[in-house]
Amino acid sequence: MSEPRMQIESGVPEMEAYLHPVLKKNYGQWAWHERPRPGVLHHVAKSGDSIWTVRAGTQRQMDLYTIRKLMDIADEFAEGYVRFTIRSNIEYMVSEESKVQPLIDKLGSEGFPIGGTGNSVSMISHTQGWLHCDIPGTDASGAVKALMDDLYDEFVKEEMPNRVRITTSCCQINCGGQGDIAINIQHTKPPKIDHDQVANVCERPSVVARCPVAAIRPAMVNGKPSLEVDEKKCICCGACFPPCPPMQINDPEHSKFAIWVGGKNSNARSKPTLHKLVAAGVPNNPPRWPEVSAVVKQILAAYKADARDWERIGEWADRIGWPKFFEKTGLPFTKYHIDNWRGSRNNLNTSAHIRF
Amino acid sequence: MAKQMHDTPMLDQLESGPWPSFVTGLKRLAKDNDMMVDLLGQLETSYETRKGYWKGGTVGVIGYGGGIIPRFTELKGDDGKALFPAAAEFHTLRIMPPPGMHYDTNTIRKMCDIWEKYGSGLIAFHGQSGDIMFQGCSTDNVQPAFDELNEMGFDLGGAGPAVRTGMSCVGAARCENSCVDEGRTMRMLVNNALDDMHRPALPYKFKYKVSGCPNDCMNSVQRADLATIGTWRDDMKVDQEEVKKFVATRGRKYTIDNVITRCPTKALSLNDDDTLSVDNPSCVRCMHCINVMNKALSPGDDKGVTLLCGGKRTLKIGDLLGTVIVPFMKLETDEDFETLEELATEILDFFAENALEHERTGEMVERIGLVNFLEGVGLEIDPNMIERPRMNPYVRMDGWDEEAAKWAEHKTAQ
Ligand code: HEM
Ligand code: HEM
Ligand code: SF4
Ligand code: SF4
Ligand code: SF4
Ligand code: SF4
Repeated sequence: MSEPRMQIESGVPEMEAYLHPVLKKNYGQWAWHERPRPGVLHHVAKSGDSIWTVRAGTQRQMDLYTIRKLMDIADEFAEGYVRFTIRSNIEYMVSEESKVQPLIDKLGSEGFPIGGTGNSVSMISHTQGWLHCDIPGTDASGAVKALMDDLYDEFVKEEMPNRVRITTSCCQINCGGQGDIAINIQHTKPPKIDHDQVANVCERPSVVARCPVAAIRPAMVNGKPSLEVDEKKCICCGACFPPCPPMQINDPEHSKFAIWVGGKNSNARSKPTLHKLVAAGVPNNPPRWPEVSAVVKQILAAYKADARDWERIGEWADRIGWPKFFEKTGLPFTKYHIDNWRGSRNNLNTSAHIRF
Repeated sequence: MAKQMHDTPMLDQLESGPWPSFVTGLKRLAKDNDMMVDLLGQLETSYETRKGYWKGGTVGVIGYGGGIIPRFTELKGDDGKALFPAAAEFHTLRIMPPPGMHYDTNTIRKMCDIWEKYGSGLIAFHGQSGDIMFQGCSTDNVQPAFDELNEMGFDLGGAGPAVRTGMSCVGAARCENSCVDEGRTMRMLVNNALDDMHRPALPYKFKYKVSGCPNDCMNSVQRADLATIGTWRDDMKVDQEEVKKFVATRGRKYTIDNVITRCPTKALSLNDDDTLSVDNPSCVRCMHCINVMNKALSPGDDKGVTLLCGGKRTLKIGDLLGTVIVPFMKLETDEDFETLEELATEILDFFAENALEHERTGEMVERIGLVNFLEGVGLEIDPNMIERPRMNPYVRMDGWDEEAAKWAEHKTAQ
């Protein structure tokens, strides 16, 4: 038998070979940029060189026919190079302004939306869901597709007070990350334990250790080693499920969505912030999750109408205050909004600052 | 010729609407790919029952312990046979892209050809952790698919308790805010830790992300165990002629309302002749004024990076933002890069030795305290690391005199 092929542990490849020549030539030497229209960036280098970037939305999970089509467009209408943004938008770079419009026309005729720049709602960063993850409470690509259909206009225009970055996560531990609006699974019932499976597959100590509120105890059930959950303590976080599949947390009815706002990674103006709970109990309703869209649109409409230029959603809420936020968005304020996790006093009002 | 398609009434509803549809893409693949026919069958079942049907397992390539996400179907009949057998194995290869996710079309076409040969034809550009995700591969085809991608010059990314795939912003390649060579930095950090990436043996995941300026387009403060963010320490650059033009076109009110008064530290003032004064010692390099007036304002010349440690998502103690561990370091010369490489190694080693199982750096630092962490990795304390001094007296302070003497020494050394 022949020797097996050993890997070449080459790591992250060098960028140079894949860079558009104008970007390579002016690496680190850019002077300024403008956005001639939504979806188009014009960068000018200190050398005087210009590059126009056309940004288009994709479905992220792409079949190779779509990818080849995007490459054909790059070869025919751009200059043979592309890059992707962190939100799975594709970017084409051209060194002449005259190439911009034909490229836009071609992408448009093939069904790719041009936008996602500046103060738009960019593509929703999302995760795997039922398509590929082993622990999801919902799908990711489907929910995002349905929502982007609804937010299409805000992607191709730049009419928000500032950029809006939305994320989704199909479980509570949450690959999607922080966002101006984050749409995350929120379980509402403790896991149902499949005791037969525990006896077979489970590494009990590691599951016990995983629980943030120490609600899991080893126990004997029907004469076999298993686990039990103190349902009064359990916060339904789902952390026990990945290490222990018998801890069935996903429930077609009781796994809902919670919606969070005000996550911000940029340092611009205010410091980076984490997102805050604003709505929950939103049903997990495939294939188009209309209830999720409705809440998101409610928040966006209030933000668009009321925020000042350059205010991100969290900054807007900070200025107008949370009472006004709930008033303007029409979302109910409940006892669940009042933090009781560690450090919760930091999230209470320790002043007589009240807006009337 | 592929097998017959299953009915997918729920998924079909995701083919309408203006946004590009992944379902249409899956169906196109299914025309000549049995794996995709059955994948659609299983996905439709998930849509109906609202349940997931994948479980993990162990699948890998020779020489590596991670980087493949194994998926086996759990959707089986009473006889224990998979209901959708052609998609019973549906593994993902995580492949690391070049920094900044730049490609020429030939490279992507070659990747498509490989994936047409060995996989389902479904590729995600890119996963949240920054990998190209080649989704849908049988166990037998994982090795040959990897071999061909590897021959192209691409390598597996991270998965499991390991160093994960890094991310860096477009930065120097096409952004005037860039204060550091983001691509070089990210490549150096990750490629220095390939052993901990490909042979997962850490307490939990460890992520490097690099943003060229405090706009932090890579979201490093919220997601990276070690966030490297470009900045500068001399004065920002002001082109007063461009400032005047900005005021002339946008108006004084706009300039005052959207630039001057939005500075978080009140460092800006508009002069009577429509030029701008910047109180640079008060400026915290937030980037706002530079973002709004990007032709008139730009970062200074004495550039470098700020390092933050401990950003992470929810599990287990709640979301954490990274906190400053190095307020400023230069990152230009080879020696500068070596210094960062050594520090990153210290931090990774400290994490490997001191974190509890399934604990991220942020949780470890919270548990042991920042000071112990800094001592462990050999970093000096600095008042830039705090939001404010402590507000409780619960600490034993009999070492005060020595500590105060150290500060005096530190100040004379500067
Ligand atoms: C001169 C100004 C700016 C330029 C040239 C610029 C450019 C970019 C580019 C090219 C990306 C995509 C990065 C990648 O995928 O590699 C990006 C992403 C991002 N930018 Fe900026 N940006 C600018 C200003 C800002 C401002 C003012 C903010 C926030 C107030 C901001 C926040 C972000 C964020 C959060 C992302 C992350 C990607 C996302 O979530 O879509 N940027 N920016
Ligand atoms: C069985 C368990 C898990 C699996 C199979 C899994 C899988 C994945 C996958 C496939 C991605 C990429 C997602 C995408 O781009 O679509 C991802 C990213 C991510 N995962 Fe997980 N994950 C698991 C557990 C966790 C846990 C326990 C946490 C948090 C404590 C977590 C946090 C994250 C985060 C934050 C990201 C985004 C990466 C980034 O922002 O850099 N995951 N995970
Ligand atoms: S968010 Fe959760 S369910 Fe979704 S892909 Fe990530 S780990 Fe899987
Ligand atoms: S769901 Fe969360 S809180 Fe409940 S038992 Fe599992 S780990 Fe503990
Ligand atoms: S982080 Fe800064 S340097 Fe990097 S792309 Fe964003 S704005 Fe440009
Ligand atoms: S960068 Fe931010 S802190 Fe500095 S002057 Fe401009 S607005 Fe103020």
